[in-house]
Amino acid sequence: MSAIGDRKRVTPLTRLIRPLPALIALGAFLGVWELYVDLGGVDPLVLPAPHAVASALYTDRGLLWSNLQTTAGEILAGIALAISIAFVLSVTIHLSRTARRALLPLLIASQTLPIVIVAPLLILWLGFTFVPRLLVISLVAFFPLVVTTLDALDAVDPDMLKLMRTFDASRLRTFRHIELPAVLPGLFTGAKLAAVFSVIGAVFAEQAGATHGLGYLLTIAINQFLVPEAWAAVTVLSMFAIALYALFTLLERRVVPWAHQPKGEPV
Amino acid sequence: MPAKGVTTTTIEAPAQERPPVAGGGLVEIQQVVRSFRGRRGEVRALDGVSLRVEPGQIVAIVGPSGCGKTTLLELICGLQKPDRGMVNAAPAALMPQRDLLLPWLSALDNAALALRARGVPRAQARAQGAPWFSRLGLEGFESSRPHELSGGMRQRVSFLRSLLAGKPVLALDEPFASLDALTRAEMQSWLGKMLLEEPRTVVLVTHDVEEAVLLGDRVVVMSARPGRVTADLAVALPRPRHRTEPDLVALRGEALKALGVRE
Repeated sequence: MSAIGDRKRVTPLTRLIRPLPALIALGAFLGVWELYVDLGGVDPLVLPAPHAVASALYTDRGLLWSNLQTTAGEILAGIALAISIAFVLSVTIHLSRTARRALLPLLIASQTLPIVIVAPLLILWLGFTFVPRLLVISLVAFFPLVVTTLDALDAVDPDMLKLMRTFDASRLRTFRHIELPAVLPGLFTGAKLAAVFSVIGAVFAEQAGATHGLGYLLTIAINQFLVPEAWAAVTVLSMFAIALYALFTLLERRVVPWAHQPKGEPV
Repeated sequence: MPAKGVTTTTIEAPAQERPPVAGGGLVEIQQVVRSFRGRRGEVRALDGVSLRVEPGQIVAIVGPSGCGKTTLLELICGLQKPDRGMVNAAPAALMPQRDLLLPWLSALDNAALALRARGVPRAQARAQGAPWFSRLGLEGFESSRPHELSGGMRQRVSFLRSLLAGKPVLALDEPFASLDALTRAEMQSWLGKMLLEEPRTVVLVTHDVEEAVLLGDRVVVMSARPGRVTADLAVALPRPRHRTEPDLVALRGEALKALGVRE
């Protein structure tokens, strides 16, 4: 029973080395891109080189920052709404077979809606407000959340539920002690997926109707052939998505450390 | 009162006085039939099984795989209803084969789950569970997570959890089947000792004949599907028992013979 919860020790050196492969890959990618544009005879108006994008990033930093704040607010609110909806839906589906038969096909159908078309339709209906943008983002974000939370709920050991019955637990207490904690890892997995998808949703929503935000900025830049500026907006968006993903990963390790521990017996 | 075709054997030994079990603890099963709808039609798991376990008695049920042992335990625990026949059992808590400890709870909180299930507040449930840790040889591991415990310790926590349910009957479903032979032997002696200190009516399902004669006051042998009781052996040996005692070895042979195993 030695080696209890044995993990690799994190030293400052490993902390330094860990992101190295990712940085090297990114550097190589940017290097190839730079060389391709500089030496390949590509019109920089069509595809700007990384250095041009970097300079646009720097020049427009104030504009990008203020627009990021708008988009980030929409995305965070959209994910929060999506988490609430997904939680209620998956618990309902988990507990009721009728609800499963009634709702699951609708949920899948909701994901076949082409979001590019639905976004302007929603804005037409609800006007140039925060609400339709929030709905579009939630619509893209909630589906992975429903799938992962529902999977986590369905993975609860039926023998555990039997055991709770012999302990005279009410259905509510069984839910509170067994299913509710068991759902958390699924919720985090879903949230990480939602972080990525919601950024795409935000761009569609803002393209369809907004007066501020990175998606709006992106649309304007493309329309005015401000190609490096458009790439700069894309870069900020993807960096935001990565940051959000990292944030959820960090929270996940804090809140559900047991989901990442070895399940087998120590030797 | 054994049914027809059931052999009953007693090895003479002074019968032991067992302290009474709080809350009664009688388990009575009469002519129970239980079938399941399988892919290839109906499967009869239990076919006219009768069993009477007196309060405070430890009955070990042995039988080949698929003799309906788990079904029998679930009937006793009220998790299933018989198709025919009668089940009259005092409240029973299950101890499952797999420990089923929750990875997000400490050992103490896992044990206290049986109390939390009844709505006992967390602090009170923990206070009630904590003194047991030293009695069960678990002191110092109260705040350990399940993955930090050895297989034997996990089964101890699982046993404590079922004990804390406070039921007069314990239904143990092959509790040590997943352990290695050495740990299993150690846990069998441990369980024998625990049941002397903390008497309960116990229905112990096992496929380990040695475990059955080591722990049981009686060994009930069941046939393969459909499950029937084919032998009911009394084990009137003093406790604590040792697996090398000649009487115990003789009984073990008898139980094996009843199971149709030739040595």
